[in-house]
Amino acid sequence: MTAASKRPIFLNLLEIRLPIGGVMSILHRVSGAVMFLAIPLMVYLLDLSLSGPEGFAAADALVHSWFGVLVVFALMWSLLHHLLAGIRYLLIDVHLGVEKPVFRQTAWAVTVAAPPLALILTGVVL
Amino acid sequence: MSRKASGLRAWALQRATAVYLGLFFIYLVGALAVAPPADAAAWQAWMSHPVMSIASLVFVLALLVHAWVGVRDIIIDYLWHTGVRMAALALVALVLAGSGLWALQTLVLARLA
Repeated sequence: MTAASKRPIFLNLLEIRLPIGGVMSILHRVSGAVMFLAIPLMVYLLDLSLSGPEGFAAADALVHSWFGVLVVFALMWSLLHHLLAGIRYLLIDVHLGVEKPVFRQTAWAVTVAAPPLALILTGVVL
Repeated sequence: MSRKASGLRAWALQRATAVYLGLFFIYLVGALAVAPPADAAAWQAWMSHPVMSIASLVFVLALLVHAWVGVRDIIIDYLWHTGVRMAALALVALVLAGSGLWALQTLVLARLA
């Protein structure tokens, strides 16, 4: 990494035109990072919810507050995008969907399906 | 730790844990959608059922491995300064180990309650 390089470096995120596969891929990473950051919060919620009737009620109130609903939606989107993209990667590992039209179509499907699915499942779970 | 979780082994670990995590999440979200626990007692009974308890412990372990491999990849990609990279990896390891032990304690206590 420290070796001098004459190669042009272009990392302006606002100017880079990513193909859909790249968009899906970076969102796979972002969603993973989001869920990692939420791990301590989720363990806290689990602990609280299992600490007795009062803790259960407190956890229930937390996830139903307006901020709690936003967090649950964000995590539900992260989970769904990560899961769908992950299934796509596993299929690609076994050489399914590697060719160009299917590769692009499944990347679109994952990226487009995750937000509305997250909205529906957030409504169903909460 | 990083040497063991590098290259092919990390790749295989990431996929094996992914399959378990995916199946567990589908079950969890499905169960919460179809039959949400009515009250604290029902929730505790569900989480302390032997099968659910063991499955949850395996889930925690798989999650720690999966998160470690994934976050480690991100850190290696974006943090090039060795000291900064090591500090970030140590912090991540601390957060994961702490969360894992906390979850373990919670699941065991729920089982004993």
